[in-house]
Amino acid sequence: MAGSTVEPTGDTTSVAASGAAAGYRPARTLPFGAEFRRQASRRRTQLALGFMVLLPLIILIAFQFDTNDDDNGGGEFGSLIDLATSGGLNFTLFTIFVSASFLLVVVVALFCGDTVASEASWGSLRYLLAIPVPRARLLTVKLLVALAYSALALILLAGTALAIGTLRYGWSPLRSTVAAQLEPGEGLLRLLAVLGYLAIVLLVVAGLAFLLSVTTDAALGAVGGAVLLWILSSILDQITALGAIRSFLPTHYSTAWLGLLSTPVQTDDIVRGTVSAICYATVFWGLAFWRFTRKDITS
Amino acid sequence: MRSPFSAARIRRALPTGRRAVAATAAVVLLAAAVVWAVWPDRPAFRTESAMLTVRSGPDGDEPVDLDTTLYLPLDAAAGREVPAVLLAHGFGGTKESVRTDAEDLADRGYAVLTWTARGFGRSGGQIHLDSPDHEVRDAQRLLDWLAARPEIRTDATGDPRVGVVGGSYGGALALLLAAQDQRVDAIVPMITWNDLSRAFLPESTGGEPTEGVFKSGWAGIFFGGGGNVGSGPAGISGTGAETPEGAPGAGPPSPAPGQGPGTAPGAPAVGGLPDPSCGRFAADVCAAYLRIAATGRADQGAVDLLRRSSPAGVLDRITAPTLLVQGAADTLFPLAEADANARGIAANGTPVRVAWFTGGHDGGSGPQTDSDRVKFLTAQWLDHYVSDDGDSPGDTFTFSRIAGFDAMDRGLVATGYRTEDYPGIGGDSRVEVAVAGPAQPVANPPGGNPAAISSVPFAGSLSSLLGGVAGDIPGQHARFESEPLTEAVDIVGTPTVSLRAASSSGEAVLFAKLYVVDPEGAATLPSGLIAPIRLTGLPASVDAAAPVTVTLPAIVHRVEAGHRLRLVVATSDQAYTTPIEPAVHTVAVGDTPISLPTVDSDPIPTEAALWRWILVGLLAAIVVGLVVLVAVLRRRHRRQDTSVHPEYADTPLAVRRLRKEYADGFVAVSEVDFEVHPGQVVGLLGPNGAGKTTTLRVLMGLTQPTAGEIYVFGHRLVPGSPVLSRIGALVEGPGFLPHLSGLENLEAYWRATGRPKADAHFEQALEIAGLGSSVHRRVRKYSHGMRQRLAIAQAMLGLPELLVLDEPTDGLDPPQIAEMRRVLQRYATDGRAVLVSSHLLAEVEQTCTHAVVVNKGRIVASGPVEEIVGDSPSVLFEVSDPTAARTVLDGLGRVRVLDDADGQLVVDTNGTARSEVVAELVRAGIAVDRVVPRRRLEDAFLALVGENSRGSGDR
Repeated sequence: MAGSTVEPTGDTTSVAASGAAAGYRPARTLPFGAEFRRQASRRRTQLALGFMVLLPLIILIAFQFDTNDDDNGGGEFGSLIDLATSGGLNFTLFTIFVSASFLLVVVVALFCGDTVASEASWGSLRYLLAIPVPRARLLTVKLLVALAYSALALILLAGTALAIGTLRYGWSPLRSTVAAQLEPGEGLLRLLAVLGYLAIVLLVVAGLAFLLSVTTDAALGAVGGAVLLWILSSILDQITALGAIRSFLPTHYSTAWLGLLSTPVQTDDIVRGTVSAICYATVFWGLAFWRFTRKDITS
Repeated sequence: MRSPFSAARIRRALPTGRRAVAATAAVVLLAAAVVWAVWPDRPAFRTESAMLTVRSGPDGDEPVDLDTTLYLPLDAAAGREVPAVLLAHGFGGTKESVRTDAEDLADRGYAVLTWTARGFGRSGGQIHLDSPDHEVRDAQRLLDWLAARPEIRTDATGDPRVGVVGGSYGGALALLLAAQDQRVDAIVPMITWNDLSRAFLPESTGGEPTEGVFKSGWAGIFFGGGGNVGSGPAGISGTGAETPEGAPGAGPPSPAPGQGPGTAPGAPAVGGLPDPSCGRFAADVCAAYLRIAATGRADQGAVDLLRRSSPAGVLDRITAPTLLVQGAADTLFPLAEADANARGIAANGTPVRVAWFTGGHDGGSGPQTDSDRVKFLTAQWLDHYVSDDGDSPGDTFTFSRIAGFDAMDRGLVATGYRTEDYPGIGGDSRVEVAVAGPAQPVANPPGGNPAAISSVPFAGSLSSLLGGVAGDIPGQHARFESEPLTEAVDIVGTPTVSLRAASSSGEAVLFAKLYVVDPEGAATLPSGLIAPIRLTGLPASVDAAAPVTVTLPAIVHRVEAGHRLRLVVATSDQAYTTPIEPAVHTVAVGDTPISLPTVDSDPIPTEAALWRWILVGLLAAIVVGLVVLVAVLRRRHRRQDTSVHPEYADTPLAVRRLRKEYADGFVAVSEVDFEVHPGQVVGLLGPNGAGKTTTLRVLMGLTQPTAGEIYVFGHRLVPGSPVLSRIGALVEGPGFLPHLSGLENLEAYWRATGRPKADAHFEQALEIAGLGSSVHRRVRKYSHGMRQRLAIAQAMLGLPELLVLDEPTDGLDPPQIAEMRRVLQRYATDGRAVLVSSHLLAEVEQTCTHAVVVNKGRIVASGPVEEIVGDSPSVLFEVSDPTAARTVLDGLGRVRVLDDADGQLVVDTNGTARSEVVAELVRAGIAVDRVVPRRRLEDAFLALVGENSRGSGDR
């Protein structure tokens, strides 16, 4: 700090009616781009997105070791594995199928659960609030950026799978055991619809992780908590004795996207799942905003 | 000192009030939901089981014991009579097979009488196949019995208000009973027959049953022990057709004579033992079966016997409104049976309603939506016609079609349709599709083996619905295919085809089936249904053969565009008895195309449609909610007080009566008042936990104060106040993104302010940080001091008018501390001010112009540092002889010795000049080594807050 010479030269005259410093506008604080770059610079963001690109490659390489061992497990949809190498669309479908239940949940929980809690644990949250970034704006920007990264992860996963799957296995119709094969154009639309529904279901994870993120200072707690609750819900959903309660579980309709593969498309469960997911996400986000705009920041 | 178990402590350990309420509420709600879900429903009925002896037979004098159970609603009594339902079970079942349905109906307020039909279970008697003299008369006696019960509503003496419901065997009983006994008020026969001889000996070109092809597969199952076919309404309750009670071949479930509770006269008693070939079947029924099964052909006597047990001949006597429910996945009693019943009954002007569902003897209860629909229709029918409750059900025809697998639970999904009028199995319009192919020779296998498989009785719903088991034997079938359909066709009803056949033997048994072939070549036989035909008088050459029209079984199936139709004519089928002699026939298509019936219908709106509206409503509500919320917040924001408190307009910081009480009751700051004026460097001083940091947190808008105000340049400061932008802060240590370098951190921070980059004055800030090239290293690798300096630099970005630094010298080395002092003093010029919190007294004393001393949440002193320190300090004397010196000083009157140790005396001169005291000591011959003014800030501080090291912050 030697030889520093601060000769204040600021002009204290240009002050807004609100008393803000020159150039300060609440609506301009923490721009989307700034937050996007903040998150982009983080290793976990890069790793997560990188893995989304890597996973289809790993699966593709694994399929090269095919030993014609037809022991792919039973089940109506176990044959997705058999069909995975029949074309780019099926390869993408398979990649989504294996990632939907856990990997994507973790990734979305990571992006949404880590965003506020990690700032709190670094101590940088209080400096953002002291700028001041209005709390609702901070949450909105953080949420939008987290959702954008989650969507990006989904798109990267599907996009990479589609690209390398098509390069390797060709542009063939989408096959499944539940319905007649779909022409590639139609199949692509179905695939996009599947991605869309998956994104909606994952909103519940996003909501839960985000709520936990504003309630705790431990990023790991928020991410892990969201994933744990998701798994708990999945387990409870397996217990048929719970009867009608199960349809209120956030994971109950998480596999309804399979209905999009049949002909005609079964949208009933998708609609119910969408209603359920939107309700949960709205409640979680509402609670997160309600809590964060009122709480004392003690980190 | 307080007790360690003070109330406050305990309170702090417990969850706070609001949270406790919320958590309790959540737990209670969850528990309530679980209890509600698993709570067993208390039945609203009671049951009475009894063995009733009724007299029936041709002369009404043969007693037979019937095992019955009466389900009575709890509120049923004399004076409050309830309508009754006679609920009959399917073939091979007992009264227990329909228990679920009986309970459902009892819950709806009906008295339900179930009984085990004669020849089954614990009931006595023999199986006469719904004979009017036996089973039907038994049921009449049960009506008598019901009429005598005081709880049952009656229309007249001996005429109970009663509906009859049953599936399969029980369904035919309902029809026959309604024809024989006018006391029946409504019937709901399900998956049952119209003509039993035609059902077991079908001939699809219109031939008589004597010419029919024997449906040996099903017949064998019934005769060989009786599958539990068609239990509840439509045999669709849980213990449906797929789990036969007595497995086929296990022998008739007949109790030994004299042991069974129902051994009345009429029980099989040939030499005391039942006839092993007939079991509990009545002798005439048994003999007819044996004759048919042995030859594969029925004689007129057998046909007459079967017709006696068929509603076909007595339909004109049925006046009870009839709801006919028939399954589309039923190779035993296909849709045509219900159609014949419907036409026959409707001809009398009796109200008839028809419903098809995608189950049946093959398909079971079908998908959930279908069994729900059937249950609803049944309840509606009974409510209107038996208990005079509810609107007229109308005569809308409803049916459903399998739409595919359910993605969630792997079950089948059916889509329901309805039309205003029942079109019959011929449909209301027809689509013609031509099939082509050369005439083909087909071989009849000797002994009917190997045989094609079209359906397997009891194989389960999937196999027959999706044609999964369909298989034709090469050489034994001819194929004729159509072009791919240009548009989708919804077949509802009986397709017809035209065939020509030739045979050297002059006679042929053939099976026509209509497959749907998808573009990949996979063929589906809808519901596994086939049309057996027996052609006689055939020419040897196919060219000379006359075309015959074959009516295929009625189906509900959608043929997608691009799919083909394939007509297969086979010579054998496992489900039927075919001629034993080998033969070769030639088959060709006739001159007319395949004619497919269609029905103009609308989908039945389901609950799913409701959910779509819910979704739309939800989205709309969210959008509206957000808009309203934003509008309200904007408005509130606009109304926000932006006025400037004139008194503090030029004061960088004024804290007024600040109080902060945490939710657990802990008072961190009880009342704090101070001001920071331009040019001042104010030290906020206090022991740990005195409330310094809490004050600063409130000041940064991180924490809501409980009471009091803060003004920054006259602007009221609340969390998020724009005026915060004029404050630079370092509170509770640095907070940086560890993966970014120091410079990137500063840049990221400034980007977040949204202010122009030029206003940041990065160079000056970096100069203060003095990190050199380390500024490009990641913050993660910084030492504590480096981070501290970077944090101070961040606080100074944009040269805020008020700088708030919490423990700024934490982690700095002495030269850096000295430099920091200089920086802060220089910063507090030109209208700026600095607020420094610290517990390092020397630092505050040397850096600050003013000090505010806080203790236990209160200000104990404030003002210029010199004032607090005081200008009358105590003095430390180091003398050669302390004892003597003490005596001298004590003698000086106003001078007081405060402390005395190691030859050092701390003395309060109390106004006496130091020089005078020294002179006195020297005069007394005491050598004075050192005289040091002692009273500094530390003393003042200790004097203010007390020396108890524990008491300060740990309240």
